[in-house]
Amino acid sequence: MSDSKLQLIGVKKAFGSKKVLEGVDLEVPTGKSLVVIGGSGTGKSVMLKCVLGLLHPDDGTIKVDNQDISRLDAKARERMMQKFGMLFQGAALFDSMKVWENVAFGLVQGRGMDRKKARNIAIEKITAVGLKAETGDLYPAELSGGMQKRVGLARAVAASPEIIFFDEPTTGLDPIMADVINKLIVEQVKGLGATALSITHDMASVRTIADYVAMIHEGTIIWTGPVEDLDDSGNPYVEQFIHGRADGPITRRVA
Amino acid sequence: MSAQSEDAVVEELAESISVRRKLPFDYILDIFEAVGATVLGFFGAVGRLSSFIGKSVAHCFLPPFFPAQLGRQIIDIGYYSLPVVGMTALFTGMVLALQSYTGFSRFNAEGAVAGVVVLSVTRELAPVLAGLMVAGRVGASIAAEIGTMRVTEQIDALATLSVNPFKYLIAPRVIAGTIMLPLLVFVGDIIGVFGGYIVGIYNLGFSPGSYLSQTWDTLEAMDVISGLVKAGVFGFIVATMGCYHGFNSQRGAQGVGAATTNAVVSASILILIFNYILTQVFFS
Repeated sequence: MSDSKLQLIGVKKAFGSKKVLEGVDLEVPTGKSLVVIGGSGTGKSVMLKCVLGLLHPDDGTIKVDNQDISRLDAKARERMMQKFGMLFQGAALFDSMKVWENVAFGLVQGRGMDRKKARNIAIEKITAVGLKAETGDLYPAELSGGMQKRVGLARAVAASPEIIFFDEPTTGLDPIMADVINKLIVEQVKGLGATALSITHDMASVRTIADYVAMIHEGTIIWTGPVEDLDDSGNPYVEQFIHGRADGPITRRVA
Repeated sequence: MSAQSEDAVVEELAESISVRRKLPFDYILDIFEAVGATVLGFFGAVGRLSSFIGKSVAHCFLPPFFPAQLGRQIIDIGYYSLPVVGMTALFTGMVLALQSYTGFSRFNAEGAVAGVVVLSVTRELAPVLAGLMVAGRVGASIAAEIGTMRVTEQIDALATLSVNPFKYLIAPRVIAGTIMLPLLVFVGDIIGVFGGYIVGIYNLGFSPGSYLSQTWDTLEAMDVISGLVKAGVFGFIVATMGCYHGFNSQRGAQGVGAATTNAVVSASILILIFNYILTQVFFS
């Protein structure tokens, strides 16, 4: 993969004696969507939080546009964040604000945009993810899980970011709503021409939104390739995971 | 050595390790280990809290500022605490007048009641009781709100939207707590003295003029100022403890519950400790 938008080189992270990431190497090409798959507790979320600056890696380098972002000061980090959009697993909407205020939050508070102009953009994004404009005046608690995910997606793309991150975008949704969200993700990412990095263990989601797939296991990337090669990876870990088999090289301790 | 004898040696060794009795020296080491872990844990917690306070104070003075958030917190912390603080001050002043009258009448010193009420209320009771009441109402609310935001990833969402959570969540609450508690206490001073006045006039038979003149003659500016400075410190403590415990809340309902309890308990204890320290500073 050449012309990388995002690169992780030897990223390590431990919590006390527990090593979560043990040297993650990953590249996301510009304008492409890479999905990281892996079981629960393999380090997917920690990796994403390291890229977003919510956790500091113990070692290694994270580059965006060939600039090392792993040790930025607070101001430079805030500027860097303007390139990012993020859809959280539980949507993470601010429950004290109306839906449109959630969507416009990054524009108003992060970039100082006029509220009226930001509201217009927010309503435009709300309708773009398949919700009625009137939904903008509701509070997040009044929405279903699928609607909250849509609002989370609208918020993630509101400021037209260069890189969008998706953390388990279909968790907790029924299969039909999950497919709707997956298609919206593809539509929005392609529409913006953005680069996307997602983490999930939902294979339907992987096949819909990924250009490339990487598998993480025990804190390292053990396979990377185009989504078309996923079924012929020749990697026993990948094969066990994508077919959801209990037997194979990946073993789980129940207790 | 054959494979069988090797196994036997390993088995014997494992058995000897597992059944080795603890020596007295081991118990002493255990005690040192426990003490060491406690001391390290304590200094770790003090370090984390100091770092949090330093960052919170710095972000109170560094732009960008969020005036709408500050306004909301001023209303939440100040205006909505007024009934609680007012009721506390009123009944404290009334009880104080009754109790001090009972005591002073034994020495024929009933005339000192008004002075005792005004000094007790302004110097000690209004700031301390208002601080404790606000710790219960506001400290718990701040910890629960920020703790819930932490466990539902709303704080992470703030950071990804280029908004520093310290500036948006912490600084407005710390500023509002530090400004509003002195104002609440000032109102509490007036209401507390008024409570004593009501009981003095209608229950104890004082004349309104003499009660008020005794109050006024006893009171000095420093009595009120010291109470207001204490209130500012207590307001800072309440807001900071609420923010700190909420911000570092563990996952789940239990985590948020523990953060709320810790915020109220730590703020209440710190208020009592700092009340003593500040009293020493002002009046020793």
